[in-house]
Amino acid sequence: MLSIKNLHIHYGAIHAIKGISITVNDGEMVSLIGANGAGKTTILHAVTGLKTATSGEIRYDQYNLRTVEPSRIISLGMAHVPEGRRVFQRMTVAENLDMGAITFKDKARVETNREKVYARFPRLKERARQIAGTLSGGEQQMLATGRALMTDPRVLLMDEPSMGLSPILVKEIFGIIRTLHAAGITILLVEQNARMALSIADRAYVLETGAISMQGKASDLLRDDRVRRAYLGA
Amino acid sequence: MLKNEKRKAPLLNFAALAALFALLVLLMESGVVSMYVRGIIVQCFYVIIMVTSLNLTMGFLGQLTLGHAGFMAVGAYTSALVAKALLQANILTVGPGSDILLFLICMPAGALMAALFGILVGIPALRLRGDYLAIITLGFGEIIRVLIQNLKFAGSKGLAQGQAGQALIGIPVMNNVYVLFWIASLCVVVMFSFVRSKYGRTIMAIREDDIAASSVGLNNTYYKVFTFTISAMFAGIAGAIFAFRGLGTLSQNDFSFLKSTDYVIMVVLGGMGSLTGSVVAAIVLSVLPELLRAAEQYRMLVYSVVLILVMIFRPAGLLGVYEFSIRKWLPRLFDKKEEVPKA
Repeated sequence: MLSIKNLHIHYGAIHAIKGISITVNDGEMVSLIGANGAGKTTILHAVTGLKTATSGEIRYDQYNLRTVEPSRIISLGMAHVPEGRRVFQRMTVAENLDMGAITFKDKARVETNREKVYARFPRLKERARQIAGTLSGGEQQMLATGRALMTDPRVLLMDEPSMGLSPILVKEIFGIIRTLHAAGITILLVEQNARMALSIADRAYVLETGAISMQGKASDLLRDDRVRRAYLGA
Repeated sequence: MLKNEKRKAPLLNFAALAALFALLVLLMESGVVSMYVRGIIVQCFYVIIMVTSLNLTMGFLGQLTLGHAGFMAVGAYTSALVAKALLQANILTVGPGSDILLFLICMPAGALMAALFGILVGIPALRLRGDYLAIITLGFGEIIRVLIQNLKFAGSKGLAQGQAGQALIGIPVMNNVYVLFWIASLCVVVMFSFVRSKYGRTIMAIREDDIAASSVGLNNTYYKVFTFTISAMFAGIAGAIFAFRGLGTLSQNDFSFLKSTDYVIMVVLGGMGSLTGSVVAAIVLSVLPELLRAAEQYRMLVYSVVLILVMIFRPAGLLGVYEFSIRKWLPRLFDKKEEVPKA
């Protein structure tokens, strides 16, 4: 359903992404792991149109995402949870969720989606009137995820959901990702926390300085010596 | 219950405005208002529009702009030139009542032209993240001023003469405070509804976090340019009021960089993100210098000290993001027992 072919991205003279290809099939959870600065976020931003690619192909169903306006991507059933729990700090939890579906005209659908999000994250419902900036890190990550779910997406792009969270919260967030996947949402998960990502994903790609160095079934990569040495500290 | 009250809110606001208007009529008709005070009242009106519109960009969009007086100049000169052209072509003549008509024709012209310049400045500046708008508007304000200084039709001697700019003269007068009261009120009401609308919440979301905003499918540049254009348009309206205020002349010195910074100071003092604060700051800082005429040379000094003090003790401005609301105040005045529902 999502296929990236021979993608090249430059930041000025710097060749950040050097011809990578990634496929995500319907219903799959694919993880993209790699160190800081490998280019993981850049790839996600190219998919959602926040960063313009130099060359290559990004296909999503029948659409060529390189020519689709970033603001239209949501309406194609794709949602993006950006890196670093980017919630609207000075708005309430409820307002944050409303922002997620702001491009929707269908009020009734927004209402049902909000109920679904609240059912999935009861804590967000409890804190609906609280200012988002006062939530804990884990709750903010929940809110960012909930906001993306307001559009009832088929594909979820998640950028470093574990960033800056305590190990317990990381476990909780990954539990949520697992249930989202079980609910049938296709997920492309970008992570530095390779162990967690590989333990829940179906397949994975290892990104090293802008190129894919390894790929395969996540469970195989978890046992691979090179991956273990480089990313799992074993 | 709450819904019912919300429906009553526009009516209530209108009643409040009407009460203010009645007060103004009482003041004007009682004869205590001299020509001098009348001039200050007119000044309050255009400064209110300038400061609230600047707050749209600074407070709600979160972008610094240093050339708001430039848009005012565009509105002032456009409306004045259109008025002069209409009079010259004998389409309208100056007479009782027709001055208001003339103004109501020329003001939209000034507003439109200022909005057009807003789009032209906004598109390149707001596509980028960061403080580019401040730099570009700083340049824009000066370019407009120098342009006016050298444009023959704007009253100057023209580029070739190499002389300092002269004032544009013979502008008709429209300083009917009643009409201006309703124009200023309408402007503020429109801006209020704008920031309370979906558009308003959208631009505040972009201000909070632009990446998150684009991740929910918002076209940030569009909303930013749109807001900036609205802001410029209202500056154009303020400019038209300024042009017709009664002196009959316009000079490029009226729109210097210092004027732009004056408005920035008022926005900051009143509170970035509080239109109520902008209105209060506009009135206070228009009236105060007149009361302190004797100490005029210390004005900038006092301004700086006050600004520093406010930044130390009230960093969010005097009112922060507080907005005055009749609906919340009335119950407090009349019935102390009724609890005000918390927002």
